[in-house]
Amino acid sequence: MLAAGGAAGAFPILSALIYVPIVGAICVLLTKRSRPEFAKLIALLVSVTTAAMSIWLLASFDTGDDGFQFVSQHTWIKQWGIGWHLGVDGISLFMVVLTGLLFPIVIAGIDPHHDEKPYLAWMLMLQAGVMGSFLSLDLFLFFIFFEIVLVPMYFLIGGWGYEGREYAATKFFIYTMLGSAFMLVGLVTTAWIASDDLGRVTFDLVDIAEGADFATSTGRWLFFAFAIAFAVKVPLFPLHTWLPDAHTQAPTAGSVVLAGVMLKLGTYGFLRFGLYLFPEASVWSREVFLTLAVIGIIYGALAATMQKDLKRLVAYSSVAHLGFIVLGTFAFTSQAITGSVLQMVNHGVSTGALFLFVGWIYERRKTRQIAELNGLQQIAPIFAAGFLVVMLSSIGVPGLNGFIGEYLILIGSFTTARWWTVVATAGVILAALYLLWAYQRVFHGTPDEDNKSFPELRFKEGLVLLPFLVAIVFTGVYPKPLLDRIEPSVERLVTHVAANSDIDADPDYTTQFGMPDDSHDDEEGSDNESNDDEEGEG
Amino acid sequence: MADLVWLIPAFPLFGFLTLLLLGRRFSEPLAGYFATAMVFVSWIVAVAVYFDLVAKPEEERSVTVTLFSWLPVGDLQIDMAFLADPLSITMCLFVLGIGGLIHLFAVGYMHGDPKFSKFFLYLSLFIFSMTLLVLGENLLVTFLGWEGVGTCSYLLISFWHTRESAATAGKKAFITNRVGDFGVMLAMFLAFESVGSVSYSALNGSAVAGTLSAATASAIAMLLLLGATGKSAQLPLYVWLPDAMEGPTPVSALIHAATMVTGGVFLLVRINPVITVAADWVPMSIAWVGGITALFAATIAVAQNDIKKVLAYSTVSQIGFMMLAVGTGAYVAAIFHMITHAMFKALLFLGSGSVIHGMHDEQDMRKMGALRKFMPITAATFIVGWLAIAGVPPFSGFFSKDEILLFTLAESVPLYVIGITTALLTAFYMTRQVMMVFFGEARWKDPAEGQEAHGDFKPHESPAIMWFPLVVLAGLAAIGGIINLPGLFGIPSGGTHRLEEWLHPVIAFGEADIKGTFAYDNKYVLVAIAVACAVGGIALGWLVYLKNRLKPIEPVVFARGWYYDTAISWFMGNPGREVAQGVADFDANVVDGAVRGVATAVRATASETRKAQTGYVRQYAAVVGVGVVLLLTWFVVIRGIL
Repeated sequence: MLAAGGAAGAFPILSALIYVPIVGAICVLLTKRSRPEFAKLIALLVSVTTAAMSIWLLASFDTGDDGFQFVSQHTWIKQWGIGWHLGVDGISLFMVVLTGLLFPIVIAGIDPHHDEKPYLAWMLMLQAGVMGSFLSLDLFLFFIFFEIVLVPMYFLIGGWGYEGREYAATKFFIYTMLGSAFMLVGLVTTAWIASDDLGRVTFDLVDIAEGADFATSTGRWLFFAFAIAFAVKVPLFPLHTWLPDAHTQAPTAGSVVLAGVMLKLGTYGFLRFGLYLFPEASVWSREVFLTLAVIGIIYGALAATMQKDLKRLVAYSSVAHLGFIVLGTFAFTSQAITGSVLQMVNHGVSTGALFLFVGWIYERRKTRQIAELNGLQQIAPIFAAGFLVVMLSSIGVPGLNGFIGEYLILIGSFTTARWWTVVATAGVILAALYLLWAYQRVFHGTPDEDNKSFPELRFKEGLVLLPFLVAIVFTGVYPKPLLDRIEPSVERLVTHVAANSDIDADPDYTTQFGMPDDSHDDEEGSDNESNDDEEGEG
Repeated sequence: MADLVWLIPAFPLFGFLTLLLLGRRFSEPLAGYFATAMVFVSWIVAVAVYFDLVAKPEEERSVTVTLFSWLPVGDLQIDMAFLADPLSITMCLFVLGIGGLIHLFAVGYMHGDPKFSKFFLYLSLFIFSMTLLVLGENLLVTFLGWEGVGTCSYLLISFWHTRESAATAGKKAFITNRVGDFGVMLAMFLAFESVGSVSYSALNGSAVAGTLSAATASAIAMLLLLGATGKSAQLPLYVWLPDAMEGPTPVSALIHAATMVTGGVFLLVRINPVITVAADWVPMSIAWVGGITALFAATIAVAQNDIKKVLAYSTVSQIGFMMLAVGTGAYVAAIFHMITHAMFKALLFLGSGSVIHGMHDEQDMRKMGALRKFMPITAATFIVGWLAIAGVPPFSGFFSKDEILLFTLAESVPLYVIGITTALLTAFYMTRQVMMVFFGEARWKDPAEGQEAHGDFKPHESPAIMWFPLVVLAGLAAIGGIINLPGLFGIPSGGTHRLEEWLHPVIAFGEADIKGTFAYDNKYVLVAIAVACAVGGIALGWLVYLKNRLKPIEPVVFARGWYYDTAISWFMGNPGREVAQGVADFDANVVDGAVRGVATAVRATASETRKAQTGYVRQYAAVVGVGVVLLLTWFVVIRGIL
């Protein structure tokens, strides 16, 4: 298959990224139940192939190009204008790569303990669904993949999860399904209304976004239909309560994938289908989303502080972290949105790794209760050191990846959403509070009888962890290669939004540098007010 | 040579990485010597850069070295860049020089600790971060070092993490510093918004050029002050520092004396043009924060019995002096005091470590006394440190403190009164400490105090590797004043104000600006008052704690630190915790409750509806029949059809 890749332009790399896992899943199902090692071997080969393809994609991605690359476009259902339209740009590139790399790691590194064959098949189906969602440039195609993702996840949680798995799986499924129902109505209506402008029925994202001109109120209604689906997926306060249950009950691999890539379908959806399709409506409603995002940051952090279950704590921290991403999205500056896109990857890496650690703790101690764990650093210093680095990344310590994303989001949002940013920045303090407190209770102190024989990090676990640590440090120290690829597409999106709404997408940052700019006098006046308030906080 | 300034952080980083990868293979002293060597090599680079800068004409003494582009997004272009100028190199020289001596001391102090190499791993990372902090060309590189030292202090304070108190103290230090970081982050955002960059050259440049509005400058300065109160342990965020004494003693010396706590003062000095542009109440706020903290911490130090706690509160108080200096425009004096303080406070901390070591981990001064006979070198060097901090001429502390007080009086009389009172208290509590530890009767002999556990216990002098740094530091603390002698007592003009002249490219404001003020005209009187306070404080301490002529006044409110820490702990533990618990409960019951409620309602409706599906044909027929009758009635009677 890769032989055809000789002609880079011709080989449908994006289609292959979706097909290969599907074919792999079918092959896994065809193996004999008595020989689970074949299933494992096939799953590994397939996922490693996908990973190799995604790395190849990354390597041959044209950095300077802000449009969609490797586009693959075919007509699928002609009379309804539905097409197989795939493409990747700076916004989706790293999510695709992360999806490609995360699956082989969790397939190789985490053992489901029973029924490997269906487990592996569902994992590969999940990968195909997530890949498809990130690559689709057709509304209908996106919807199909967005829904396909739910099915394997439902079975993974329900089949290989923990004690409350059935409740959690059902809640997850129904909750997300309800959100998607709005989107289905929204996208069909969008295509139908857009056909007036375009002169034909089409579900093609680019055609609609560039060609259709929705009436103001229509655009707002349609935007909200999409936004509800994405808000559930993110999840945005107050639609988040499926997440702690799903995260806690999912098997480790499920949690890693859920945090790593699946939640990003929501934030990605906002960028690709919210801002791009309905710029006017997203600018108009920005204050709602900014407020919900900031509530999520503070609320998620406070709720995390009091969790007794380590996995639930990490789940609530996701609510807070995803709040930052939504804040950046609705700030409409290139720094903030670039930060959001980067933070999608960062959160996937650091929270994914945290879930790995929680999974390993559970395997060793058969408990996730913070109160039952103590003194682990004394027994397993390397294990503790690994956890520490991941935790510091999640807290947002400079030099590690989490900081870079958060910083870009906040510095970019400060100009266009000042007071939301101030509150969100305060949320940075809270992240240190709940994680360090949990770390102290679990790792510091003297271990009691139950924890005395806690095994040290195993070699295989170290191998699984290594790519996460490399990504954490590399992105923190030298994020330029990522930013260079993300930024052009973000810039294009920001320009698109600015051209179709009344927001000032290019704030003049240099009002007080060099020549004073008279036109910004009123802004300096507002500075004056803010100073007094800020001084009060000091 | 100045182009090689990046080598300064490179060596500690190399040390850190080597220990990280090979630490377990290094035998005990080797890891320590290796880390120490890296710091000294780095110091030698700093010395070379210093001479390179000296050789250049004054206006060229600022070299920017860009390693790579760190955060390039549109208008935001942040480089990983270092700035070698008089200020940063001065900081590097004393941070690395004293840091190296502390490393050497630690080789002896940590002897036998099972985590010996890990300790030096953390120390190397700490020094690396500190060099980033001072060498950063922009706020973000400084912030990288700023957070780095914060993280390392978390690791180092909770080094003996099996102790609950150590683990808690480390966490407290990190979180309190994070509150300050909130201010630094917002200051960066504001800087980016107003001047389009977070680099010092852009920010200070626009302040000098007059394009930075006073309002913005005030906001940036006040936000950075918030950060500085966290890192430099000032009110209201000083609480982490006394608790940080839970860490091993070399850590206390490193964090408190030479490095981390000076970060806040350094940052404010770095942006001094911005403070100059800011509204008048901004420097006044800085001065008052410093003055009140200095006095506040000094009163607490008077009543502490833990040998390290006295020094901890003394540090808070002395940093308060530096903030006072920054607020009154005495930036040079702030740096001057920072350097002399680094020398004598490192000396005192390491001396206390030597005492603790010799006393078999006893830290309570009430169980010490007469130790000068058993630990002569420690005692002699400690006494030098004591005279230096008390401000006795000609020891180093005298000169730097005097200069701060001179500028303070030129600015404000009440602040001067606070400053001079603090100076008196400082001399007093340090005398108290020296008398309790090294003079008087040996209270550790008393078996009733529980010392019999040590068997035939006898304090002993520390090994050479520990007292050697003490001797070097004592020498520095004694003569450190020569780097910036005042123009008094006929000191030849070639030898005065050396530091001020050296820092002139970075700090424009100097002694010439206060010429003609009342304070400047009476500087000999000020010197006399300062010396009188130092001597008076020492005499008072001597009378109370050695001669027992006067009863000691150690009110509980002082000993408990004005209950400030208690109040904060209570607040965090009660209302703070309740809010968090409230949110968690709200989430479980109300938000998720609503979701479950909807689910339950749907299910209930469904099961009610299901009851209609009985499967009895006659029942269905009856329902159909009733329906037909009702419909017919409606058509016929209501609508009048037929």
